[in-house]
Amino acid sequence: MISLENIHIDLGEFHLKDINLEVEENEFFIIMGPSGSGKTILLETIAGLVQPKTGRIKVAAEEITHLPPEKRGISIVYQDYALFPHLTVVENIRYGLHFNKADKTAGENRLLELLALLNLEGLEKRYPESLSGGEQQRVAMARALVVNPQVLLLDEPLSALDPRLREEFRLVLKQLQQNTTATILMVTHNFSEALALGGRGAVMNGGRIEQAGSMEDIFQRPESTMVADFVGMKNLFAVTLKDEMAQINGLEIQLGHSFTASRGYIAIRPEDIVLSITQLQSSMRNSFPGTITRIISQGFYYEVHIAVDKVNFCALVTKGALLEMELQEGKEIFLFFKSTAIHTF
Amino acid sequence: MRHKDFFFWGTFACAVTVIAFITLPLMQMLAAPSLEILIETILDKDVLNSIVLSLSAAALAALISFILGTPLAYLLARREFRGKQLVEGIIDLPIIIPHPVVGIAILSVTGRNHWFGQLLTDLGIRIMGSVTGIVTVMVFVAIPFYIKAAKEGFDAISPRLENVSRSLGASMFSTFFRITFPLAWRSMLAGIIMACARAISEFGAIVIVAYHPMIAPVMIYERFESYGLKYSQPVAVWLIGICLVLFLVLRILTTKQKRAA
Repeated sequence: MISLENIHIDLGEFHLKDINLEVEENEFFIIMGPSGSGKTILLETIAGLVQPKTGRIKVAAEEITHLPPEKRGISIVYQDYALFPHLTVVENIRYGLHFNKADKTAGENRLLELLALLNLEGLEKRYPESLSGGEQQRVAMARALVVNPQVLLLDEPLSALDPRLREEFRLVLKQLQQNTTATILMVTHNFSEALALGGRGAVMNGGRIEQAGSMEDIFQRPESTMVADFVGMKNLFAVTLKDEMAQINGLEIQLGHSFTASRGYIAIRPEDIVLSITQLQSSMRNSFPGTITRIISQGFYYEVHIAVDKVNFCALVTKGALLEMELQEGKEIFLFFKSTAIHTF
Repeated sequence: MRHKDFFFWGTFACAVTVIAFITLPLMQMLAAPSLEILIETILDKDVLNSIVLSLSAAALAALISFILGTPLAYLLARREFRGKQLVEGIIDLPIIIPHPVVGIAILSVTGRNHWFGQLLTDLGIRIMGSVTGIVTVMVFVAIPFYIKAAKEGFDAISPRLENVSRSLGASMFSTFFRITFPLAWRSMLAGIIMACARAISEFGAIVIVAYHPMIAPVMIYERFESYGLKYSQPVAVWLIGICLVLFLVLRILTTKQKRAA
């Protein structure tokens, strides 16, 4: 559906390099990455608002690299919504219909449908400045959808909403995707959003795509240390590999199967590490005694840092577990993890 | 509390000093001529002509600034390019250069000895001692004020609004007239008024390029030189009155803008 081939962009200080990406029709594709990695620029390039220096962009097998934005049928919703402040809600939503004269009644009908679907009835005559964040966001969505775009680009559309509205709107988005034919690309910083909405996605870093693929691959099987770190695989170690064994600073870890490479990385999600105050009789092949060096509160759960010899592990525990095991800094403890929880690359 | 009082009275004293500094000489001058003399002055055909010329030439200069300056202001607000600071520096030049130097500079390119002046002569355009010359000088000194005001207006509009408009099917032209212009017109109008006021107040450059036909500031100067203070004051009163109205309109417009935003 959307294919980006060897896109290079030069914006003076900032560059996008070697962007190759395929997005399938009617897919919900997630773009993640640290701030300044080029996510918004990538969306703007697809929309035609930024011209690539080299490379090709195709939508539905048609090359659109040099097509002006108004001819592309690609809508964009920004993080700050970018509503037109001098137009009312209904004028904002109707805006795109002025340039789409062919099916006037169909457009007006769609406008009414969207007002209902996005719960905007009664706000038609209001100006954007008098709307709440959630309302502004829904107006921006309606404005983008009224023109029946082939592609909908969402630049962190949920980040300015409070958690309850976020959850609510996540459902609306899911519903929208099922009801429209639009292919959706969404930039987000929020992992649960990414996992709930996206089938596939990409992680960007420093103007490049680090990894693209299914969300499961990105979160469970990162291909680089950057992605592993980005998706929260806090236990990331450079290792030497031999047979079914990985060695970190002399610590031997059972991998369960052998690797051909002699050097690499292993990554373990902190929630896959189990803590116990006694040695467990368990099927888990990796079991080590260690000392708690630090406990950091993360709101609903705690990050526990454990030193095993010279190697530092990080595990996540709930508040309940923390109290029950009486975890505190300096305490001796055992940690366990399955060999299947280890991602090697 | 006493500390706060000291701060308040300090700022208050400064404010009073500044206002008095500006208004006292002007008030004195406004009050000097009697009503009879004022009426007599405005009925003087030469005076009326000079004020009308000042106003109409300034309005024309402001209009030209608007037409030529708007695209440049937009470009400066939206694009980053090499040498942008140089361009902005060049636009500021007319504000910095001493006014007579502006007149001399304009004469030096429009004189017969310069190819450009020769070209103008061939086209039948005269700068020296003509309304064309007056308007030319006025545009030269006024256009920076318009460009700055308009650029500020464009700067205040997020380019994302224009991006969204384009992505919804609007061409760059439609986007400018439907989004950018409605959001920036107050700044543009304020810029036009600023440019107009600046053009009216120009004396030093115009007196070099065109002593005749006589604009109001030149007439005030001439009457002062030939007949003294008493005869120059009434003309000045009329000119100041008009400038005051212009700036009041400017203030009202900009405060309205703040309320709307």
